[in-house]
Formats: sequence, C-alpha cells, structure tokens
Amino acid sequence: MTGPPDRPVIDLRNVSKTYGVGETLVHAVDGVTLQVQRGDYVAVMGPSGSGKSTMMNLIGCLDAQTRGLYRLDGVDVRLLDDRQQSRIRNRKIGFVFQNFNLIARTTALSNVELPLVYAGVPARERRRRALAALREVGLADRIEHTPAQLSGGQQQRVAIARAMVTEPVILLADEPTGALDSHSSEEVLALFDQLSAHGRTLVVITHEAGVAAHAKRVLQMHDGKIRSDERNAPVDAPPPALRHPPTGMAS
Amino acid sequence: MSIAESARFAWRGLTANKPRSALTMLGILIGVASVIILVGVGTGANQSVTDTLNSLGTNTLTITRKSSDTTQLRNPFVAPSVDAAGSGTNIRDTRLTMSDAEALADPELAPAIRLVAPVVVATRVTATLNGASHPIPSTTGTTNAYLSINNDTVVAGRVFTDTDYRAHSRVLLTGRTVAEALAGGDGSSLLGQVIRLNGKEFTVIGILEAKGVTGRLDQDDRIIAPATAVQDHLAGYGDLSSIVAQAVSAAAVNDAQAQIESILDARHRTNVDTRDFTVTNSATFLNAAKSITDIFTVLLGSLATVSLLVGGIGVMNIMLVTVTERTREIGIRKAIGAGRSDIILQFMLEAVLLSVLGGIAGIIFGYLVCQIEISGFRAVVAPYSVALAFSFSLAVGLFFGIYPAMRAASLKPIDALRYE
Repeated sequence: MTGPPDRPVIDLRNVSKTYGVGETLVHAVDGVTLQVQRGDYVAVMGPSGSGKSTMMNLIGCLDAQTRGLYRLDGVDVRLLDDRQQSRIRNRKIGFVFQNFNLIARTTALSNVELPLVYAGVPARERRRRALAALREVGLADRIEHTPAQLSGGQQQRVAIARAMVTEPVILLADEPTGALDSHSSEEVLALFDQLSAHGRTLVVITHEAGVAAHAKRVLQMHDGKIRSDERNAPVDAPPPALRHPPTGMAS
Repeated sequence: MSIAESARFAWRGLTANKPRSALTMLGILIGVASVIILVGVGTGANQSVTDTLNSLGTNTLTITRKSSDTTQLRNPFVAPSVDAAGSGTNIRDTRLTMSDAEALADPELAPAIRLVAPVVVATRVTATLNGASHPIPSTTGTTNAYLSINNDTVVAGRVFTDTDYRAHSRVLLTGRTVAEALAGGDGSSLLGQVIRLNGKEFTVIGILEAKGVTGRLDQDDRIIAPATAVQDHLAGYGDLSSIVAQAVSAAAVNDAQAQIESILDARHRTNVDTRDFTVTNSATFLNAAKSITDIFTVLLGSLATVSLLVGGIGVMNIMLVTVTERTREIGIRKAIGAGRSDIILQFMLEAVLLSVLGGIAGIIFGYLVCQIEISGFRAVVAPYSVALAFSFSLAVGLFFGIYPAMRAASLKPIDALRYE
C-alpha cells in the first residue's frame, strides 16, 4: 500500500458522463461526487439504467468522464495517455466481471499470471504469486484447468485470484454474483468478506440487496445521481457479515 | 512485456483454431512453393539450354546457306546439323560445297580455325536389322573432325577415321537410341553387325556416348557416318547442309568468323550485302536462348508472386476475423493492463507466424517438387528464389498483419468488453 492513509483511494468531484448529443443526450452519470477511503467495502446499488455500470467503468479507467475530476489514488487519470492508463489499470485496479471474462482455452494459472505478464514480472516470480493467489481462493487443485472445465463459481474465483494477484489498491466488481447460483454466490461473497477483513478496498456494483448487505457502505444510484449513502460498518472495522453472520451463511 | 511473451500469446492464438490456421498457412505455402517451383522451372530451362549449347562446344561456328527469303527464322533449340536439310525450293544457285569446306581448313588464311568439318544430312532414312526397323531422324555424313568439334566419343568400338572417309567406307556410328531399337537390350550387341540404311549395307563400328534428351529432342537418336559414304548411298552429291568449324579458342571465335566470311566471300564473289551464307557461333545462340529463358523466368516468377499476394490477403482476412472473434479477449487484456503496443505485437506476431510457418512449409514443398524429373527435365532451385519467397512471405505477414493488429489495439477496452 502506498500513499498517506487519509487520502481517498477514489476521489470523484462532480463527475459526469454523457452519451449522444442534442435531443438524444443521455446523462449516464450526472455530477457525482464521491470519496472512498482505503479499506472501505462499498456496494453501489440501483436499477438498470441508473448509471452504476458507467460509474464502475469510470472508476476502473475503462472509460473517460465527460466532465469533472477523477483522482485514482491521487492521480488525475484524464492526464494519462493510453499506455499509462493501461499501466494504472494493471497496478491499481483488479476487475471482477459478471461473466468472469477469463481468457478461453487458457489454464487458470495462465489466466492469473496474465496481469503479472503485462506488469513485466519475471516468470518464476509470476508463477509463485499466481499459485499463492489461486491457493487463497481455494483452487490450488485446479490450476491446469481451462475455463471450460470449471464451474461458474470456480471461474469467478479464478477471476478474483487474477484481480488480486497484482495487489491492487481497489478491487472493482460488476455484478460478481449475477451469473452464479446461490451456493457459488455465497462462496464469492465470503471471499470478498475475507479480502475486506484483510484491509482491501472493494467496490461492488450490484442490484441484489443480499450482496449489498455484505458491504460496509451502501450507495443507491438513480438516474445517474447518488440518491442515498448509508454506512453499515466503520471503514476500519470488519465487514458486517463477519460480525453478525446472517442465518444460513457458510462461514 | 517481452517479445517472447507476445510470441507465446500469438502461438496460443494460432493453435486455438488449428484447421483455420492450417488453411491460412496453406495459402502462403502455395504462394511460396509456386515462386520456388516456377522460378526453378525457368532456371532449369535456362541451365538445360546452356548445357545443350555448351555440349556443342563454346567455340564452334556453323556455316549454313542463306535461302533467298529475306529472313529465315531459326530455332536455336535445334542442333544446327538438323536444319536446312536440302529443301530445295527458293534457293538461288548458292551452294556450300566440299571445296568450300576444304578451303576453310587453311592455316594461312584462317589461322583462328582449328578444325573444319562438312556436314551432309540425309533425311527419311530407315535402318533395318533382321526385320527390326527404325526411322532415323538425323543421319549425318561428315569427317572425323566433326566428332572432335562436337565432343562426340564412342562408348564401344571405334570412331571412323580420315582413311574411312577417303575410302568411302560404309561404316557408321550409332546413338544409343538407335542401337537399342535395332538390337534390343542396351544395344551393345549391335557393335560389329551389318545394318541396312534404306537397303544399303553399313557396318556398325562404334556406339556413341549418350548425350541424353534435351526437351523433346532425343540427341541419341542419330547415326554418324563418313560424308563420302552418305553421299554415295543416301544423300546424293548436292550441297552440303552446313559446315561446322572450331575456333582455336573461345576468344578466337570472332576472328574465326571474320576469316570464314572473307574466304567464302572470295570464293562466292559476294560481300556483306550479297552474302549467300550465314555464319553463326554458339555464343550467339547462347545469348539468344538466355535472354528468352530469362524473360520466361521473370514471367513465371511474377505469376507466382501473384499467388503469394493472394495468400497474403488470406492472412489479412483471417486476422480480421480473429480480431473480431477475439474482441472480448482484447478487452480483457486491455482491462488488466495490456497496452496498445502489447496488443499490436501479439496480433502482428500471430500474422507473421502464420505467414512465416506457411513460408517455411512452402520452401520445403517447393524444394521437394523441384526434385521431380519430368521427361528428362528438372527444375533447379535458385537460392535467390528461396530468399525472395521467404522474405516476401515475411513481408506479407507484416504488411497484412499490421492493419488487423492496429484495429485490435485501437479498440476501447469498454467497447471491447461489451462486445458480444
């Protein structure tokens, strides 16, 4: 972890993202101001079309805002060129997608190694770290399996291992349980709780209240604006699920 | 990221869809192989013509009558002794005689000439032996000097001598094809036998060393006998078909030509403009033949290049399909930290690998095809064509790979990830 602890990891100031022009102008994100502190576990909720996915793309540097200022770990990302944006995504952000987005016909180990390849980590070190990450998500015995040979829950755990292997400052998850059955969902959420308990910063986009219940802070979005901002647990405390395990939760 | 890592990704991309990669490589393979084979055919033709003309001797000169037609087209691929065989129409009272031939063998007036031989050609000769018969396309009557000029030697028996010539001896030398046709087997049993040429008895005293087949011309389907005997019994006492002469050295060929022209001009009372004979030397043939086969090679090579180009377009087509198909993969790679250059390198290397592997297979295939001998002709693999074909296929990979790779790299990660 770098930087002073009081500096927000995510710092959005009056950020907007619009699509189209004139009559068809759409404000996907409309003047959002948001700070996320290191170690927080934030759930962003809202119906489809509320702008939560666009916000995740802005936070993840996959897309650029139309207006406003965004500092990721203190860096104004708009000033970065393509190469530097790739690097900042590689170093500072770990992505977990709804549909896993593993590279097909490529083993779990190679998938997890991939961000380290782009970071220029030597092969031996890469393998060691990838193996450790896979062990952490409980897939040490599946390293040579390709995505087609893994269940949805296992694929998502590989994706989480891939997201965490570079030790990014934030883990960004977009509907991480959207394509999973309830058992696999619980496994994934339990992993997130573990990561949060270890001090990782997590931002999870979801429309399921059950997923949001795991977060320390819940944002409600509507029409591109943040409607409500509730805190369920302090930033430096363990996530709520580890304090009051809900009934039926495998822990 | 290192080149080795990009190459590993590119290789994985290739092996992900093996049939498609193989078919794309096939396009390049055919292109490269056709460059090598077609240029090889051209080079082979060139070499074969050069060899044939060299076997006639580089310092030989041939004197033929000039027909009264303004131009007489001559086929440089046919040995000079075969043509102008007494087709008597359209010829003025111009003659090449035995005395012309004897006059050229004058060390005072023609110091550049070493040997001179008159050539009488009898056409429509059929050889028979015990019921076996064989039509001879070329029966040459000449002197012993002809054999030296033409590098003709015997594998069995002996050559005829000037004594045989003066004695009008009915002896002959046969080529291997004739011997095999008459005596069967390898033809060696023909030696010493008496055969009939158009009913006239001749004794086989020697079997000529095989000269092989040039194109469609079998150089061993021939008989050589003393000119005196051929005139007595087969050709009659008309004009000579030609006179062949050998210069003292290859460098003296032009001197020899000038001396021949001045001697014959004096005898025929002609000059440069009214000359009734033509002197050609093998260098003239060689240059003419070479320029023809060079054009031939360039033509074949450029045709083959077109097929290589088509193969290259195949590579580009497949790479564009690949980029479209793998848009999500590109999006994932960009999301987790691949830069533009990483994506370009990966897809460029994939295209280059496709075309280079196809190119190497094409070189091997082309080389193997060039080893096949078709009717005595074999293509010769020209090293420059291998280098050319390989570097061209590399260039094709780079050129046709760059556009799809740029397109892949310019995809926005967000659009690429959303792509279904």
